[in-house]
Amino acid sequence: MSNPAPASALNGAAFTGYANIREIGPLGMITLRAAPDVAGLAAAITAATGCAIPQMRDIETAGDRRAAWMSPDEYLLIMPHADVPAALDAIAKALSGQHHLALDVSDARAVFAIDGMAQSVLAKLSPTDFAALGPKEMRRTRLAQVPAAFWVEGAPATVICFRSVAQYVFDLLSHAAKEGTQI
Amino acid sequence: MSARLPVGGRLIDRNFPQRFTFNGRHMLGYSGDTLASALLANDQMLMGRSFKYHRPRGVVGSGAEEPNALLTIGTGPSTEPNQRATQTELFDGLTSRSQNHWPSLEFDIGILNNYAARLLPAGFYYKTFIHPRAAWKHVFEPIIRQSAGLGPAPQQRDGDVYEQAYAFCDVLVVGGGIAGLQAALSAATAGATVILLEQSPHWGGRAPVDGDVIDGNPAIDWINATVTALLAMPNATLRLRTGAVGVYDHGYILAAERLNDHAPSPDQPRQRLWRIRAGRTITAAGAIERGLSFAGNDIPGVMLASALRDYVVNYAVSAGDRTVIVTNNDDAYLTAIALHRAGLSVPAVIDARVDVTGDLPQQAGALGIRILAGRGVAKVKGSRRVTGVEVCLAAGEGTVLETIECDCIAMSGGHSPVVHLYSHCGGKVMWDEAASMFRPDTARPPTGADGAAMVLAAGASNGYLTAAEALPDAAAAGAKAAAEMGHKGQTAKTAKADARNDGAILPIWIMPQAASITARAKMWLDYQSDVKVSDVQLAAREGYESVEHTKRYTTLGMATDQGKLSNINGLAVLSQALHKDIPSVGTTTFRPPYTPVTFGTLAGEARGDIFQPLRRTPMHHLHEGQSAYFEPVGLWRRPYCFPRLGENHGQAVIREVKNTRTNVGLLDASTLGKIIVKGPDAGKFLDMLYTGVMSSLPIGKCRYGLMCNEQGFLSDDGVVARLSEDTFLCHTTSGGADRIHAWMEDWLQCEWWDWRVYTANVTEQYAQIAVVGPKARDVLQALGGMDVSKDALPFMGWSEGTLGGFPVRIYRISFSGELSYEIAVPAGHGAALWAALAQAGEGHGMMPYGTEALHVLRAEKGFIMIGDETDGTVIPQDLNLGWAISKKKPDYLGKRGQMRTYLASDTRWKLAGFETLDGSVVPDGAYIIADGVNANGQRNTQGRVTSTYFSPTLGRGIAMGLIAGGLTRLGDVVEFNTIAGGTVKARVIDPVFYDKEGAKQDV
Repeated sequence: MSNPAPASALNGAAFTGYANIREIGPLGMITLRAAPDVAGLAAAITAATGCAIPQMRDIETAGDRRAAWMSPDEYLLIMPHADVPAALDAIAKALSGQHHLALDVSDARAVFAIDGMAQSVLAKLSPTDFAALGPKEMRRTRLAQVPAAFWVEGAPATVICFRSVAQYVFDLLSHAAKEGTQI
Repeated sequence: MSARLPVGGRLIDRNFPQRFTFNGRHMLGYSGDTLASALLANDQMLMGRSFKYHRPRGVVGSGAEEPNALLTIGTGPSTEPNQRATQTELFDGLTSRSQNHWPSLEFDIGILNNYAARLLPAGFYYKTFIHPRAAWKHVFEPIIRQSAGLGPAPQQRDGDVYEQAYAFCDVLVVGGGIAGLQAALSAATAGATVILLEQSPHWGGRAPVDGDVIDGNPAIDWINATVTALLAMPNATLRLRTGAVGVYDHGYILAAERLNDHAPSPDQPRQRLWRIRAGRTITAAGAIERGLSFAGNDIPGVMLASALRDYVVNYAVSAGDRTVIVTNNDDAYLTAIALHRAGLSVPAVIDARVDVTGDLPQQAGALGIRILAGRGVAKVKGSRRVTGVEVCLAAGEGTVLETIECDCIAMSGGHSPVVHLYSHCGGKVMWDEAASMFRPDTARPPTGADGAAMVLAAGASNGYLTAAEALPDAAAAGAKAAAEMGHKGQTAKTAKADARNDGAILPIWIMPQAASITARAKMWLDYQSDVKVSDVQLAAREGYESVEHTKRYTTLGMATDQGKLSNINGLAVLSQALHKDIPSVGTTTFRPPYTPVTFGTLAGEARGDIFQPLRRTPMHHLHEGQSAYFEPVGLWRRPYCFPRLGENHGQAVIREVKNTRTNVGLLDASTLGKIIVKGPDAGKFLDMLYTGVMSSLPIGKCRYGLMCNEQGFLSDDGVVARLSEDTFLCHTTSGGADRIHAWMEDWLQCEWWDWRVYTANVTEQYAQIAVVGPKARDVLQALGGMDVSKDALPFMGWSEGTLGGFPVRIYRISFSGELSYEIAVPAGHGAALWAALAQAGEGHGMMPYGTEALHVLRAEKGFIMIGDETDGTVIPQDLNLGWAISKKKPDYLGKRGQMRTYLASDTRWKLAGFETLDGSVVPDGAYIIADGVNANGQRNTQGRVTSTYFSPTLGRGIAMGLIAGGLTRLGDVVEFNTIAGGTVKARVIDPVFYDKEGAKQDV
């Protein structure tokens, strides 16, 4: 039997409102923990994503790959799902002999795209000061009662949450995006 | 009679009639009406009954201060009680009902309380319901609860939807009157981001009603121009129908926006709760007029002077043909003039002041209005409606000098700045003797994180009651707030209002000042909870000196209006009765909310399906398809059992246990915590975290471990697998995943920051499926792809590979005592692997089992469960788990704690097994009784049950529990108490009830 395709949490659920909500993915994600000054870090992130090391709170983009700053010693690398094993290999090579941790966390997450007035949707759920959001910022925050992260890069906005609460987050986003309720 | 005037009404649109009902009667109002103005237009002055005496009550005010006109709006799922008619916008189809009466508003049996008023003095409940003690619970409380509360609680689930939203700004301005507009304009012009909130649907506040002239033109011209200017500024946001209800620390403000209250639509949110973080908040919430305390001041038809002119000017509604004005200040003359201009009769202005010299009285006098200086009201005539007023000397005892017929009385006792929002977070108020009001003490403001004032008051809210004073004050507040937030751009023009030459106010707290006790017992302070001047005076005589105590004793200001009208009058009466000055008596504490907020708005979106996050495993939908009965495990939902047709849950659990012991079971173990720990110091780190040694664990092997907190108490347990030289995978309990991960990071970040260890919580990356039972290996072999034989994958080993096409890691660990494989697979494959296993198991009698069977299986095997055998007071040694504690290690978290005498004592209750002599199941939570009683007369105990089940395998009740002496008590027969009374006898036995040698799991 060949390796079957993995399922996303909600099988691509979608909602149409004043903004449209769409589950995307599965998206490949690697959590990379390493000190920012460790030798080979830039090479590892570039090898896996083509991106530079993201600065504090930023997300770097290179085509369909991204690298986001998560904490002073943690990065989130995003890429097509099928490319994760190769990326992990590349990271292991670049950081060989250096203290680090790189893991596939693709299946631990659910990802949503918000097409349209994303700011109105997110402002109902997340205590985010959009005026203070940096141009390349990925905001780690919460949506109502669960942790989440999002970045707004023109349209659509992209939201990441844990897989187990995918339905909750989808329902939240749909409630906030209901036609006629934009702020 | 109250009625609609033929012309006028600046807020109504006569082209759009709106039908509505009141107590089932059909009425007609206009678009722009409030419910109160529409009711008055339909000659409905009587709008409710008071709480205690059920006295008939009409509308008194025109805004947030209204204590009487509280109605139940809507029906069925949209029922909402206690809505102020004065702030409820009329819409076509509105249904309203009055409250607190039986059988009808017009005839109410509860009015009998009124005649028994002498039997219901202040503090009646406290005095009466003390003895006998037992009567409180069974007699008094049920009766009081029956009569408590004005509006009835809705019977149905709230049918409306709500939402919340977050906003941020430099300067938040509360109140869209002229002061708020000026403050917002000044702050925004300086460059600050500004949010301006107005609770009503209109900008400008009462300036247009009061006839203010700004920059040489009617106030409305400046208001419209300023709103237009603000709307054009990208850094200003304006919201109508949004009332700020609370100010909290760090510049946090809650505001409720009424989105669709005025135009109900089932799918749209009815209200939105704004959660605003503001650098500075400017309260420009205006001032509230005070009533006057004269006999009969609660009879319908007695209203605030300002409210009366609101109704005339805004809604073209007259509350009566003949209105007598009673006042101690000049502002009320605006009402006399407005009524006169509307063609209504003002027989007299009764002014308590001897010298009446201001501009406005002179204007009124010029219009031919009779002014009775130095006079007061002896008594209002009428019962359900004002019919006249008896005039006396304000300074006298109440001898009637003349009687004036009228059907309405407009009273004004001065104004109180709305200091609520200024005070919520600690801002103090000061008594302004000359103006007879408490105003914000700018020397003692509420301070923010920077130590500076985070709330600034402006305009009438700040004690500057006239437009001419308010506008420059507001402009200064706006500019100051913006500058403090770093915005010192352009300066906005400060509007200039025509000044008015007012005579001084004369403080009047009782009218006439030497009124008889009979009269004082008819002077209402708090209309809603029926507190009179005589009640406050009684409280003072009975020794209540603190205003806070008097409030609670008399219930003054404790109703839904929170005393907006009554507080100042009440504490002034109290201060007189105590022979103290007003500032030394002080005010009660102002607490949020400023006006009541419906629970739905506070809950926001969190109801129904999204009441709280519900965590689902990757196989959740498959379990639903199999009619699983779920139980909450933290925020997870896990199948408790999988009942088949005709089975109850108990029967299903028995079947699932037996099938797992004889054939093979399938368990969704995905919720189990999984934490990767990696680094050169990972082994050393885990040796500190676990009581046992993990650094010696060979690659490819698993080891069970215990974690304790620093005090030594057992905190979590689970199996650790060594994945590589420097990488471990730690399984935690389902509820412990996040907690233990945070615990690890806490130690790594705060204490052992130089240890080279990284952790990652990968709980949700993997679905985990346990295949359990004698035929488990057959099922895995049927799927194929991996060697799962005992030699290749022995007990407490793990191996990685491809099983049936799925990338898996299989752990040979068992929480049941059976041959068991726990299979971890990336979550995206979880459902498919579950389905594949179910199919492969068909020929082997495989059945899924739930958490209850899991618990029974582990209890039969004597395995402990965190949360059952532990409760934060239990150490591993109590559970006979000394074997899992390393004696060789110099240290581990909890070691020091476990050495303390109390934890090291051998008198601690320790784990044992129990079998009931009659085979029954010991009740959950039962204690093992001992001889004698303790100092409290309670039965002594010597232990307690921690887990108790019916064992399908053994066919009898089994239990685990803690008992003094532990396993040294083997063979003893002890007694557990039961809820029903009596005891259950049980024998102390070994807690491993099944397969003590462990032969079955190691095959």
